Amino acid sequence: MAATLEGLLPELEVIRKDFPILARTVAGGLPLVYLDSANTSQKPQVVIDTMVDHLERHNANVARAMHQLGAESSEAFESARDRVAAFIKAPSRDEVVFTKNASEALNLVANTLAWARGPLAVGEGDEVVITEMEHHSNIVPWQLLTERTGATLRWFGLTEDGHLDTSNIVDLITERTKVVSLTWVSNMLGTVNPVAEIARRAHEVGAIVVVDASQAVPQIPVDVVASGADVLVFTGHKVVGPTGIGVLWGRRELLEQLPPFLGGGEMIETVTMQRSTYAGIPHRFEAGTPPIVEAVGLGAAVDYLDHIGMENIHRHEQAITGYALDGLATVPGLTVLGPLQATQRGGAISFELDGVHPHDVAQVLDARGVAVRAGHHCAKPAHQRYGVQSSTRASSYLYTTPAEIDALVEALEYTRSYFKVG
Amino acid sequence: MSTDLDAMYQEIILDHYKNPLHKGLRDPFQAEVHHVNPTCGDEVTLRVQVADGLVSDVSYDSVGCSISQASASVMADLLIGKPVEEAMAVHESFLALMQGRGSVEPDEDVLEDGIAFAGVAKFPARVKCALLSWMAWKDATAQALEEKP
Repeated sequence: MAATLEGLLPELEVIRKDFPILARTVAGGLPLVYLDSANTSQKPQVVIDTMVDHLERHNANVARAMHQLGAESSEAFESARDRVAAFIKAPSRDEVVFTKNASEALNLVANTLAWARGPLAVGEGDEVVITEMEHHSNIVPWQLLTERTGATLRWFGLTEDGHLDTSNIVDLITERTKVVSLTWVSNMLGTVNPVAEIARRAHEVGAIVVVDASQAVPQIPVDVVASGADVLVFTGHKVVGPTGIGVLWGRRELLEQLPPFLGGGEMIETVTMQRSTYAGIPHRFEAGTPPIVEAVGLGAAVDYLDHIGMENIHRHEQAITGYALDGLATVPGLTVLGPLQATQRGGAISFELDGVHPHDVAQVLDARGVAVRAGHHCAKPAHQRYGVQSSTRASSYLYTTPAEIDALVEALEYTRSYFKVG
Repeated sequence: MSTDLDAMYQEIILDHYKNPLHKGLRDPFQAEVHHVNPTCGDEVTLRVQVADGLVSDVSYDSVGCSISQASASVMADLLIGKPVEEAMAVHESFLALMQGRGSVEPDEDVLEDGIAFAGVAKFPARVKCALLSWMAWKDATAQALEEKP
């Protein structure tokens, strides 16, 4: 059955060889079954080599050093920006801002909006709309913004089957709404949200649309303009890139109106003791020495994904997710949280196992070499919505095989027998 | 393969997990605390009553994994009825065991069923689970003693 699974990447075994960590074993000499890619993805050799090569041969600060190495490093750094811009189909490379991670990118938007004057200003009587399925990083910055400005935070609720409840969209997104911020793909429920539809309503009332695409960019071909977003953020380490690098894409007209975020080197045009003027985008939002080698690694990562093809990766994810949902359905006492059709969701599958706490599930799975995540996945409100304290989450990626899903299902059966449930 | 796993999931632990002792919040109490493990969301609400220098009651309500639940059960059973000073010494002994990374030999005379947690100490990610209710108890007891010097 597994061998004939439609949609799998045809050269899966070759792809797996690109990821050296997949060849290692874990305690007890067991093969590693890595099903925690929604947490962080593994890195292909080309990303590792590109970063090592940069450090070995081209290391210098960027945009400051007037020597050959400085030119090479700046070229590598800015070329990574070009690659990322092309990867997400950004109309201009200047619209791509490098940050530390997706959280910093979201905080950048929320903070600069708190400081904005004029039409972008957020104040008393204004509203910010988020959803109940957000990662904490797309909740807390907006709580801080509304607390600091006196604005009101509102949110979309969720339906029983794990979708956004958009039935009250007209009452929720009104002329008072200044910002609508939502996740494209839920990191807990896996749900793919109707971003374009919500963006349409938000734009009717003149609100800015911020999209957390941390779980979407790894799995779905992304065209930032077609998405409907005004700002879209994601993190490098979930797209086979390194940690320490995130991306904020924003429409040029919007980014140009936002005040600076962090002050410092590189973000200025000129500085006197009295005042400063600021660089244009994207550098205005990149104070200080940026994460250079991380950006270079991210450039190699998106090149790698482009080479395999995001359409193909998406098909693979859907095939594996469908296979996993089928497999999990055979485990007695197991309940999947979120949509049950692979076509309506991403590759992160959170579930409960009757009678065994998620920590204990993850512990027993780990003893079988199967790496998953257990806890609230930084989405406590979404767990609370479904009356669940915590869950176990298995998440696949382009290197995941049906045999690994079989290993997960088998290990879950073992977990049930270990804890003597059923 | 599962020797470490079996060392952690001792029968005693699984028994306490399935049939926790002293669970449920009770009156009277001098102090109530609520502790959470922010990484996993495990929670405990714990009450302490101190009378005549004795830990006269420890009651709790909690959600979490087998280790955190069993630990609360073992702790309550161990500490109820003990003089506060002796209970504090038991606490210290359990803390030392859990923070010993598997190198501390537990004293069964002091820790009784608590020695079953020795295997947990080898799993750094789970030490916090085992300590959740113990930390809550220390906090609540300190508050109870302030309340009633």
